[in-house]
Amino acid sequence: MLTNPPSQAPPGSVPPQDPTGDATVALVGARPVFGLNQETLPRLVTGLAALLPFLALIAVVLILAFKAYPAIKFNGVGFFGRTDWVPGSTYANPVKTGGVLHPVGAQYGAYQLIAGTLLSSAIALFFAVPISIGAALTIVEKLPRRASMAVGMFLETLAGIPSVVYGLWAYLTLGPVMQRDVEPPVASFFGHLPNVPILNFFRGPVASSQGQGLITAGLVLAIMIVPIIAATTRDLLRQVPRLPKEGALALGMNDWEMVRKVSLPWVRSGIIGASVLGLARALGETMAVAMIAGSALNALPYNLYQNIGTIAATIVNQLDGSLNDGTGFTTRTLAEFALVLAVITLATNVGARLIVRRGGAVLPVGRGV
Amino acid sequence: MTTIDIDNIDAGQPEPDVDLYGRPSSRRSVVYWAGWGACALAVLVIAAPILSILWGVFERAVPHWHWSVLTEDTTATGGGLLSEIEGTLEIVASVGIAAGIIGVCAGIYLAEYASGKVGAVLRVASEVLAGVPSIVLGYVGYFALVIGLHWQFSLSAALIVLSALTVPYISKSTEAAMRQVPTNYREGADGLGMSPLRTLSRIVLKAALPGITTGWLVAMAIAMGETAPLLYTAGSFTGDGATVHLTHQPLSYLTSMVWNGYQSIYPGLVQLSYDSAFLLVVLVLLLIVISRVIVSFTQRHTEKG
Repeated sequence: MLTNPPSQAPPGSVPPQDPTGDATVALVGARPVFGLNQETLPRLVTGLAALLPFLALIAVVLILAFKAYPAIKFNGVGFFGRTDWVPGSTYANPVKTGGVLHPVGAQYGAYQLIAGTLLSSAIALFFAVPISIGAALTIVEKLPRRASMAVGMFLETLAGIPSVVYGLWAYLTLGPVMQRDVEPPVASFFGHLPNVPILNFFRGPVASSQGQGLITAGLVLAIMIVPIIAATTRDLLRQVPRLPKEGALALGMNDWEMVRKVSLPWVRSGIIGASVLGLARALGETMAVAMIAGSALNALPYNLYQNIGTIAATIVNQLDGSLNDGTGFTTRTLAEFALVLAVITLATNVGARLIVRRGGAVLPVGRGV
Repeated sequence: MTTIDIDNIDAGQPEPDVDLYGRPSSRRSVVYWAGWGACALAVLVIAAPILSILWGVFERAVPHWHWSVLTEDTTATGGGLLSEIEGTLEIVASVGIAAGIIGVCAGIYLAEYASGKVGAVLRVASEVLAGVPSIVLGYVGYFALVIGLHWQFSLSAALIVLSALTVPYISKSTEAAMRQVPTNYREGADGLGMSPLRTLSRIVLKAALPGITTGWLVAMAIAMGETAPLLYTAGSFTGDGATVHLTHQPLSYLTSMVWNGYQSIYPGLVQLSYDSAFLLVVLVLLLIVISRVIVSFTQRHTEKG
């Protein structure tokens, strides 16, 4: 460390020139505060700040677990296999089962909501990953600098638009278009295909109102996670070293083959990590899904066009109503849902970062950009 | 002894990828154009929804725009957005200060002091916190702060939950910006006898300021657009604007107006919902554009220097 004050300079060396007196000021600034020297004090203050997110994360999980514990006890493991949503009677006297106070007949299941969450996010990934990679390749390899900056602005705009605005747009524009122009032809196309169980999922009826349902929710989520995946892929592609790429060109490859054989394999783990990060965001997205998915509570979607519920959307929709339950059991069940969602998204987030850690790339925080 | 069949010398060899003149075979051309065509299509597919969203928000708000929207409070059936605008600005300003200070400090620690294991754990925790769904944070805030600490719907509860969301962005961008400051700067400052604290505050932070500001602006854009964590911490559709009370006083804000108004039976509220969406998009885009301008401005300067 080069922190020796000038007075401790070795004998015989030239004393530092200090025409402006800056060094004196620096020494004044070095006065200890509260008995802490200037090395320790900033370290301590900033360290506390850096500790806060860590503590907040632990607090989130602990509070949820504490709040949800009675519900976890009452709902049991069968919670994950049921598709019920029965708040029970708020007029009859509540009963105690295993020490947990709850309304008579209360019965909740998570299967349909977990299925809705995973299905809509899977649809989102299915559309978002190829589109993001294609766009990132175009930006890096083909577009001139100004145009690629413009597309970059598009991505930042997408990342910045509030999710209620996405929801509003989906409710007013995308949903009706889906219902009128997209869902009927797709459903009738699959209706003509042979009667195979997996294809039945794509068949009608397309009865949902205003296009609300699984596929529309999935598409909106796809649009919302494109910025994370595309921006990360773009930054990764820009870091591919020039030499292997030029080597590929020198071997006679055209630039498409170079991209396929050199660039994409080079950043593969980064792309997978970014996609998993996008998945985590899709799993936890609330407002847009609440406005377009149809808010189903206890129904498993039997085709692509049915109303669904996701965990996040159900929490935001039901918290108000759950307060009518004087026993607090419904809010505790919602806490269990929140805990399930938190655990799923924490696992996906950590997973994404583990995948990428091996590749040596850096993932963005949260929404990307 | 085998004879070489000169006419069929290529038999058994794979089809060459180039023709006699070294041009790519037709199969390679097809793949080339199909590949890049699909990629170009992807850019258009990304651009289409953005333009549709921007146009949809514009078309529903601007033709029916009254400037009184900016000057009147919300009523049960319509009115204006003054209280929502005040509430949003107050929330964003307080988050900007609180999360800004904490986030910048955390970023400084991660860039300057954090060593190996500790730094890695703190970094991952911060990144993962940003990945926790905002509704989960809002739910925790509701039970811990609104109910548990009896704060009720209030600025403080909203502030803490939104800070938890935005601190990771600010700390990450601060750390990244500080790591980009050339080592020469520090060595130079050290060599001139500057104390470490002054080197940090006068040299490193100053050089990192554009990056920090950019990250902070993006975090503010995110804070402005959040709904889910606020509905159960700041309250929802109360018609109350800015407040000096930290607790026990709910706030209105623009995103809650979108959520509460868009399906209303009162046309006035539906229109307010569209107007809020328009204002939100304008404000968020403004923040993003400012951050872009800062980035390109500093890039131009560093390229010159």
